[in-house]
Amino acid sequence: MKRFKVIAAAILVSGFMGGAVLADGGHDTPLPPKNDWTFAGPFGTFDKTQLQRGFKVYREVCSSCHSMGLVSFRNLAQPGGPGFTEGQVKALAASYKVKDGPNDAGEMFERDGRAADRWPSPFPNKQAAAAANGGAIPPDFSVIAKARSYSRGFPLFLVDMFTQYQEHGVDYITALLQGYSDDTHGVEVPAGKYYNTFYPGNVIAMPKPLNDGQVEYPKGADGRPQAPETVAQYSKDVSAFLMWAAEPKLEQRKETGFRVILFLIVLAGLFYFTKKKIWSRVEGHH
Amino acid sequence: MSGHSNYVPKSAFGRWFERRLPIMGLIHSSFVVFPNPRNLNYYWTFGGILAFMLVSQILTGVVLAMHYAANVDLAFNSVEQIMRDVNYGWMLRYLHANGASMFFVAVYVHIGRGLYYGSYKEPREVLWILGVIIFLLMMATAFMGYVLPWGQMSFWGATVITNLFSALPGVGETIVTYLWGGYSVGNSTLNRFFSLHYLLPFMIFGVVALHVWALHVPGSNNPAGIEKKTDKDTLPFHPYFTIKDAFALVCFVIFFSWFTFYIPNYLGHADNYIEANPAVTPAHIVPEWYFLPFYAILRAVPDKLLGVLAMFGSIAILVFLPWLDTSKVRSGAYRPAFRVFFWMFIANAIVLGWLGAKPPEGLYVIASRLCTAYYFAYFIVILPLLGKIERTLPVPASIAEAVLGPSGSGSAMAAGAASSPNSQG
Ligand code: HEC
Ligand code: HEM
Repeated sequence: MKRFKVIAAAILVSGFMGGAVLADGGHDTPLPPKNDWTFAGPFGTFDKTQLQRGFKVYREVCSSCHSMGLVSFRNLAQPGGPGFTEGQVKALAASYKVKDGPNDAGEMFERDGRAADRWPSPFPNKQAAAAANGGAIPPDFSVIAKARSYSRGFPLFLVDMFTQYQEHGVDYITALLQGYSDDTHGVEVPAGKYYNTFYPGNVIAMPKPLNDGQVEYPKGADGRPQAPETVAQYSKDVSAFLMWAAEPKLEQRKETGFRVILFLIVLAGLFYFTKKKIWSRVEGHH
Repeated sequence: MSGHSNYVPKSAFGRWFERRLPIMGLIHSSFVVFPNPRNLNYYWTFGGILAFMLVSQILTGVVLAMHYAANVDLAFNSVEQIMRDVNYGWMLRYLHANGASMFFVAVYVHIGRGLYYGSYKEPREVLWILGVIIFLLMMATAFMGYVLPWGQMSFWGATVITNLFSALPGVGETIVTYLWGGYSVGNSTLNRFFSLHYLLPFMIFGVVALHVWALHVPGSNNPAGIEKKTDKDTLPFHPYFTIKDAFALVCFVIFFSWFTFYIPNYLGHADNYIEANPAVTPAHIVPEWYFLPFYAILRAVPDKLLGVLAMFGSIAILVFLPWLDTSKVRSGAYRPAFRVFFWMFIANAIVLGWLGAKPPEGLYVIASRLCTAYYFAYFIVILPLLGKIERTLPVPASIAEAVLGPSGSGSAMAAGAASSPNSQG
């Protein structure tokens, strides 16, 4: 009976807290399919080669429209990231021109990028970004993987609390990038806009950014690309990269969490038996 | 905090100090030898958990405040920089954000415990009202804290909630202008919310001290809902309740850690990772989960002013609860009919929370109204009447009897064993 009450209370509390996750609903788009991510779950870690490929896709395709203002070049060499070397990062930064100043003469000047510089934005300001994209501003990529989500509905959202499904954002982006089609399913698409199955409202200002074979992947020992050069693969790789950009401390967080929880479980065990011992002096039954 | 302490410190310095400020004696009498009902169950550990959460929020908050910039152009990025560039900044921020949720989990269990076991009844009315004040201050603190990261939900949540005050006749517009520090939610709003968000937790701390003081006058209520009478009914706080509280606290922190380290954004809203933009309204403006039942009550009422009054009234009514519940029997354990209504009340609150997250349309509105009606009926109709008409079960003669059975309560054995470790140490 006692145990039943505790379980009932736990279910009630979780149902209550989960209510928030039910917040958005009522859109007409299908739910994005779930992918297998190496960074999912309690022991998740990023796949460095995948992050490097994803970064390549970002740099060669998306970075012409999307900024990533909170990420610095040096972050690319940090532990828990794509694992570039310091040298690679320096060389990469130096290949960009960065505006600096004013100098002693009071003038702004251009210099080669350094590892500490932030990722350069494709547009000088929001107005320029909107003007170049038919009035829509391509969102910054620094935290986009956490800034997008979708509702899984009852009761799945409760299950997610236990299974730690947290990859709503990346699954959505992966689906979005593959969601373009010529068949608009009767949706009216104005000029300069595009049909996308997964975008809320189905009409998006971003032209289909990816096509098969567009980005060249590093070759393996057999001379074949490390991963298929397809839209599906590009989408996953760039999404994984965006997850890292949004949560660069993800690996550290999960590792720390495991150690913390393990320690706490041992501590709880010790306290439990101490409590039992102390109370055994006074308890009549139980 | 109850009565005189005859504690004598061991060291000469301790005795010297104690004659000038008897603080060790205060601690000794309140948290070491304090006689607690021996039958407290694990619901009674949430008070300690709440104290822990308050301290945790203050510690993480003070360090966050060292790096946070309360300015509309900087706030969003400063929180992100805390997550990226400050050593263990991600941990501080996730502890603080999830800590607020855990604080509310604990306070809801704590309040639910009080409702079930009748802890608000005489002689604990003031203790209960102080609790309601703490709850209100917590809500204000959490609401203003949620504005600080200056995401879309921060901004639009602040806009919706502050606007509610404009419904008050006469003074409404003035109050809103003062809350905003201008004519819309903006930089001045963010600045004053930060200032108040820093201040209120310390006010909570003060009220918590009064709450504990008021607690230590009659002592804790207990599952049997009868007062302690003899030594056989109680056990000294230390070691019996210190160890029990410690065990419960560690279990709670495991739960807290699960959220902080593994699903830190589960309880948040993705839109709050988009920087505040007054020109773009989010599709759904949803408060944090712990406000949802009250949000549902607000929207259940078609009139704005009445809705606001209903929302505040739903909390204010708790103040009058000690006089609304007419039952002579305190604990729900001996009130079978009450139990049915109580669990319906809990289920009703959860459904209200769910409705608060739904768009205010169609069936959801009707359901919200029904649930709001039950919420108030519970306090205004059910509890006053039930106390007069229900048939309660026989209440045990003493706490010792409730724990050990009628025979066990007669044996002095248990009580003797209970006090011995304390007299030694
Ligand atoms: C030609 C410019 C351009 C390129 C290249 C581009 N995008 Fe976009 N993107 C946009 C614009 C414009 C929007 C805003 C769409 C809107 O508001 O309708 C956008 C929006 C998005 C969104 C947000 C969708 C949402 O739910 O709000 C994502 C995610 C995204 N792009 C990913 C990518 C990725 C990944 C790439 C590279 C593979 C990429 N984009 C390349 C212009 C571009
Ligand atoms: C009663 C205790 C407290 C509660 C319930 C509380 C609640 C909150 C909440 C809900 C947030 C938003 C979290 C997010 O989504 O990012 C927040 C942010 C913040 N709080 Fe508190 N807080 C408390 C105490 C404090 C104290 C004492 C301080 C400072 C001394 C503080 C400083 C901050 C700062 C700087 C932020 C912004 C950074 C951030 O958003 O993470 N808090 N608080």
